[in-house]
Amino acid sequence: MPENISSRSSRGNEALTEKTVIDQSLLTSAATSSWAGFLRPDGRKGVRNLVLIIYTVECAQHVAHAIAIGEADTHVIGFPGCYDNAYAIRLMLALARHPNVGAVLSVGLGCEYTQPEKIAAAVRASGRPAEWFFIQQSGGTRSSVAKGKQIVARLREKIRQETPRAPMTLADLTVGCECGGSDGTSGLAGNPTVGAFFDLLVDAGGRAIFEETAEMIGLRETMQSRAANPEAKQQLAAAYDKAERYCRSVRQWSVSPGNFAGGLTTIEEKSLGAFAKSGTRPIQGVIRVAETPRGPGLWILDSVPDEHFMQFGYTNPNDTEGIMDLISAGSQIVLFVTGRGSVIGSPIAPLIKITGNSTTFRTMGDDMDFDAGRVLTGEVTLAQAGRELADLVVRIAQGEPSKPESLNHREYFIMYKHQNTPTLAVGCRA
Amino acid sequence: MMSRAFQVHPNDNVATLLNDASGAVQILGARTREIRLLEKISRGHKVALKDLIAGDAVIKFGARIGHATKPVARGAWVHLHNLASEVDERSSTLDLHSGAPTDTSSAYA
Repeated sequence: MPENISSRSSRGNEALTEKTVIDQSLLTSAATSSWAGFLRPDGRKGVRNLVLIIYTVECAQHVAHAIAIGEADTHVIGFPGCYDNAYAIRLMLALARHPNVGAVLSVGLGCEYTQPEKIAAAVRASGRPAEWFFIQQSGGTRSSVAKGKQIVARLREKIRQETPRAPMTLADLTVGCECGGSDGTSGLAGNPTVGAFFDLLVDAGGRAIFEETAEMIGLRETMQSRAANPEAKQQLAAAYDKAERYCRSVRQWSVSPGNFAGGLTTIEEKSLGAFAKSGTRPIQGVIRVAETPRGPGLWILDSVPDEHFMQFGYTNPNDTEGIMDLISAGSQIVLFVTGRGSVIGSPIAPLIKITGNSTTFRTMGDDMDFDAGRVLTGEVTLAQAGRELADLVVRIAQGEPSKPESLNHREYFIMYKHQNTPTLAVGCRA
Repeated sequence: MMSRAFQVHPNDNVATLLNDASGAVQILGARTREIRLLEKISRGHKVALKDLIAGDAVIKFGARIGHATKPVARGAWVHLHNLASEVDERSSTLDLHSGAPTDTSSAYA
């Protein structure tokens, strides 16, 4: 068992054992399953109970990771810049107050703009224990690591003892989906399987989030036709138009010579393959990075930068950035669809890897959680694959480690970007 | 084993080849039947499931992915030479087989 779920290991083992015995009943159990989650002061429920270490500048990165080495249930994120950035701070605070996070240690060097003390204060205001220190005031690397380990041990013990448990069902879950390392199977099987699961999750009262509006080019009408109400329709049009403007200005349509050689002919075709992960239910509206869905149902996350004089920020510079965005929106679990095969994981929220390519599932079996390629051969229907995926999501929510979790993959990526937040107080660089 | 192609949505007028194929192909997915290819088509590429005339919408995932730029017969390969995007005009100028741009020779001078 990986160290990060050790507090739940007995439960996870039971789930694993049962799977081999009563697989058939599990196939239909997700919709009615209930399990014990971790209740947070804001009423949200987590599927993990983690201590999160946050460093506030690249200079503190080594110490933060050294503190986490060998520590159970302890993950690390951080921001490399010395100059602060409102977007990055919002993102880190959303991660610090995530339902899977019970406590936070923020570590700074001591001369950067981003303030670990303010991060700890914001986390404490959310009802979670939080501590912070500057390395420059703690005697350098060795003593800072020792100090950090003491704090982590204290915080972990506290949240293990004191976090109330509460029953959870699919209705309490927010699940995000990202795709990357795609091949021809992603649009045909991988993403549609997620779509089938998202339909099931939405029908059960849960929240489903997908993103990459810059990869929905050509789908303005398709997106609008899925809007749940006129307000959502307006939000979708605005998000689409911003993404298309962005693509025109950077002259990049998210489609490459390799895509064409592989058989994709138009950007609409590629976009529809990505859009297939949305399933068929109405889209409730658009949220932005670090915002949580305003109600149950299916939501689009807009991670495209807003216009800004510095023009900084690519929309999705890599898959990990998109996954962090989905976690910042409160996803307790994230699905990642990859046809060619990817080996990333994520901190805070377990990542579940789905491939529509059965060959990839075999050749990268240590990394892949779910073989959706069986849809292409007719071995299972799309609806069956969606139900099987729902059951896997429930088992992961109950504490069974996903493949990336069991390999201790915890990649993260937080960088400078700009998204408009009119209500935010001026004070750090927008 | 017979070569196979996958049709995503019942309304689709194209299917995606799951193997490099020529001759008879079994269509799986939203509908199952057999179709005879008029030419060799590579894995991942599309075959027309019905005759199309220029201007017809090409439908995959149950939605429009562009329009036919010339007549396309049932069983023919559907790609850059006979299907154009409504958004990205440049894609129709790319090399049919490699997808490489053909409009940039001046940049390499």
